[in-house]
Amino acid sequence: MTPSPARLRADAISAGYDNATILDGLSIDVLDGSFTVIVGPNACGKSTLLRALTRLLPATDGHVLLDGRAIASYRPKEIARELGLLPQSSIAPDAITVADLVARGRYPHQGVLRRWSPEDEAAVAAAMAATEITDLSGRRVDALSGGQRQRVWVAMALAQQASILLLDEPTTFLDIAHQIDLMELFTDLHRTGTTIVAVLHDLNQASRYATHLVAMKDGHIVAQGEPAAVVTADLVEEVFGLPCVVYPDPVTGTPAVAPIGRARVPSPTAGATR
Amino acid sequence: MSVDFGAAHVVVRRGGLSARLHLRTLVACLALTAALAAAAIVALSLGDLPLSPAEVVTALFGADDGFAGTVVREWRLPRTTAAVLFGLALGVSGAVLQTLTANPLASPDVVGISSGSYAGGLVVIVLLGGGFTATAMGSLIGGLATAIAVYLLAYRRGVQGFRLIIVGIGLGAMLSALSTYLLLRARVEVAMTATAWGAGSLTPVGWPQLLPAAAVIAAALILLVVLSRPLHQLELGDDASHALGVAVERSRLALLVCAVALTAVVTAAAGPIAFVSLAAPQIARRLTGGAGISLAAAGLVGALLLTVSDTVAQHALPVPFPVGVVTVVIGGCYLVWLLVREARRTA
Ligand SMILES: Nc1ncnc2c1ncn2[C@@H]1O[C@H](COP(=O)(O)OP(=O)(O)OP(=O)(O)O)[C@@H](O)[C@H]1O
Ligand SMILES: [Mg+2]
Repeated sequence: MTPSPARLRADAISAGYDNATILDGLSIDVLDGSFTVIVGPNACGKSTLLRALTRLLPATDGHVLLDGRAIASYRPKEIARELGLLPQSSIAPDAITVADLVARGRYPHQGVLRRWSPEDEAAVAAAMAATEITDLSGRRVDALSGGQRQRVWVAMALAQQASILLLDEPTTFLDIAHQIDLMELFTDLHRTGTTIVAVLHDLNQASRYATHLVAMKDGHIVAQGEPAAVVTADLVEEVFGLPCVVYPDPVTGTPAVAPIGRARVPSPTAGATR
Repeated sequence: MSVDFGAAHVVVRRGGLSARLHLRTLVACLALTAALAAAAIVALSLGDLPLSPAEVVTALFGADDGFAGTVVREWRLPRTTAAVLFGLALGVSGAVLQTLTANPLASPDVVGISSGSYAGGLVVIVLLGGGFTATAMGSLIGGLATAIAVYLLAYRRGVQGFRLIIVGIGLGAMLSALSTYLLLRARVEVAMTATAWGAGSLTPVGWPQLLPAAAVIAAALILLVVLSRPLHQLELGDDASHALGVAVERSRLALLVCAVALTAVVTAAAGPIAFVSLAAPQIARRLTGGAGISLAAAGLVGALLLTVSDTVAQHALPVPFPVGVVTVVIGGCYLVWLLVREARRTA
């Protein structure tokens, strides 16, 4: 695979909160057409990186470039049509219905006069169908389960129809079937040309779906590349401090991680492949 | 492909223009407009020369050059127009602040903007001996200065609703103390004028005061037609609205300035009229039943509240009272009802 150019890249950026610098001179190329997954321990700066890439958090040093232009020079709606972000947590306004919330994703495509075009309607309907929430569309968001609500937020991000979609832990709150459904949905989106960047905590899913895996620790990128090259027992131990066994996923052959855990002795077979 | 929004919507599309309107909000706004027109006609018909509604309408549209025409157009219309316009401004101002802060308590009278306007006006009356225009300027400046102070004190990487309210209540209390101090220092006649203005009254309002106020209100409302979209988008929280293309801090500042200007200009012309901006948005929300507060509905409820309150204050009581007294009573009842309801719900 020849490395495609990166429309979105960060060039030695620093970013943080108040006085704490979280990212210090980090560079990353988000390869066009990739399904990039970022993994790393809690508080290592994954969300901060996504926020810096989408200008939510202005970089104090370095540049984030979209199509070669500093992201700070774009108008907000211009960026929002290219870059979508599903934040790790969001607030639903009181008493809003599902369809109403999903329709909020159309904001960057709308204006003072153009408030509800046929394209808006089609995009909202398609986003709800893709996340299987069409049946819920008239329900109030505050009366949904955590997993249903998460799918509504994903639908809102889909309705935005950005060409690069950044997802911060999109599968939290979901049962395993819905996690897989959603990951396959992102894979479909990826196949139809959307570049995807997702923060995930499940290393097995990360290895399965990523075309490009980025491992972070303490605000730095420790390793990146194809999952098979990145996910090794040594790396998992280095990044997460977790002794483990890496074995080929019986379904896909991609790396899968079995933690050893402190109290247990590894079984003889597992010990053999370690 | 049509989307089910859980409530009836009307979709309008014509040329480059398209909109989706919540049907119940639309119906509520139409009903409120009709009620407001009726209330205004009643207000115009009452007085030393009682008129029938038909006579009022004839007089309004200029078909009556006699005494009744003069009474309605020259004497009563400024006051009723002020009630409608100021009520509209207060309702919208409250709706903007309550939406921005996601808190039903965050109305301009609660976060200290009315107190700031009042104190600003008092400074002019007591220390500079003031005139109407100077007093109005003083209270406009006082309101804006208070809002800026609240904003700066509450600012920490953006402004969050709760901090804004706490800081606003604190600052408002300090400004009220300042106002009391100014009144104590003032000569008796000055203090009496100031107290009358401080009660909130439409009596001194005529066309010369109304026109500049109307211009400011119109400008703010036109701006808010554009800003209402980012306003409702901001309900999603800073991160999500940022990601969806809202210029978060810029929109919030512009919205804050509009809300403050609307309240300050009313205070400047008529003194602090309490509770309209607190109650109108919440009443509107219950009437429209959708998510969020419709600015149009809140404005119309505010206009209706103030028009009815002023009619009651002038005609239904043994002695004419300043309208501010009536709105305080109505608002007080509303607050008690709200608290009782909340208490029942949580019990
Ligand atoms: N709004 C904020 N203000 C101050 N510090 C923050 C803020 N948000 C995050 N931080 C700090 O920045 C560091 C990185 O946080 P970040 O949210 O990027 O972690 P993360 O990798 O996304 O973690 P997680 O897996 O738990 O979501 C943490 O130490 C955190 O405490
Ligand atoms: Mg995070």
